[in-house]
Amino acid sequence: MTLLADVKEGMELQPLSYDVTSTTVVLGALATRDWRPQHHDYHFAVERNGVKDVFLNAPNQAAWFERYLTEWSGPRGRLGRVGFRMKGSVFPGDTMVLAGTVTSVDVDDTGCGWAGVDVNLTVEGDVKTVCSARIALPTTDDDNPWARRAERWNP
Amino acid sequence: MTVLPTDVADLIGKVQYEEEAEFPVEQGYIWTACSSVENGNPLFWDDKVAAELTGGPIAPPTMISTWFRPHHWAPGRTQQALPLQVHFDMKERFDLPEAVMSDNSIVFHEPVRLGDRLTTRQVLRSVSEEKTTKLGIGRFWVIDVEYHNQRGELVAVGSWTGFGYRKAAS
Repeated sequence: MTLLADVKEGMELQPLSYDVTSTTVVLGALATRDWRPQHHDYHFAVERNGVKDVFLNAPNQAAWFERYLTEWSGPRGRLGRVGFRMKGSVFPGDTMVLAGTVTSVDVDDTGCGWAGVDVNLTVEGDVKTVCSARIALPTTDDDNPWARRAERWNP
Repeated sequence: MTVLPTDVADLIGKVQYEEEAEFPVEQGYIWTACSSVENGNPLFWDDKVAAELTGGPIAPPTMISTWFRPHHWAPGRTQQALPLQVHFDMKERFDLPEAVMSDNSIVFHEPVRLGDRLTTRQVLRSVSEEKTTKLGIGRFWVIDVEYHNQRGELVAVGSWTGFGYRKAAS
């Protein structure tokens, strides 16, 4: 479990490296109920989208970012917001690397602890997606951000 | 200042496509989604942890858009139902055969729980003037989607930026 007190601005999270396969892409698309052919049909991706292969869809990338962030925070970590911009596609055969840096640490007016984290998804050093997230972290051993509701939760 | 066709300008800020998800939030999809990214967070796999932290099982927050994507086929349906219909409306309106999503942001509010029946509504926020990118010539648009549960609680607000385009002649 990561406590807010353990986190400092500028801190780097342990990178996650993953070898993407066709199964990764297709499983990710179907798990998010995304039936669009560019995520499972090679010929459509190449001939219609003009890219080299099927590629990871956006909702699945969001799931990868969530997995990365909550593996760091532990289960008490609660995502408040996530935003990302896709600059390039991630294809089968790519080794994608997610690497995060803490950009802010603060406690809001309700006492909720927050970390801002930027995560870059890169392939061979090229940035494919940039992500900015805000995640609530426990401020003490018995604090649980998931217990916050209504006006006590300001993501 | 961008001058939009009147019919498109009239849609800016207007609530469209209020609809209920086709099925309730269910465990199998949660596990499939976690499996797809090897997410071992015990919150989604261990009922005791879920009971302790969230008062029972919940879905990963980033699954929010999964719950409103329509079945690929359903009895009686003559046309494929499309998620984020406003996006496809803009493609058709401007006769742009290709499109990609470039930006996505989601703000998470109340947790999504097993059995929830979510409702969504879409709001077109903006449409750009014609732009040229490496993909081709087209327009950017921003669409917000609000999600509520059956108790009327806001569970998330998503915002998508799409780029509809026509490939540049090679």
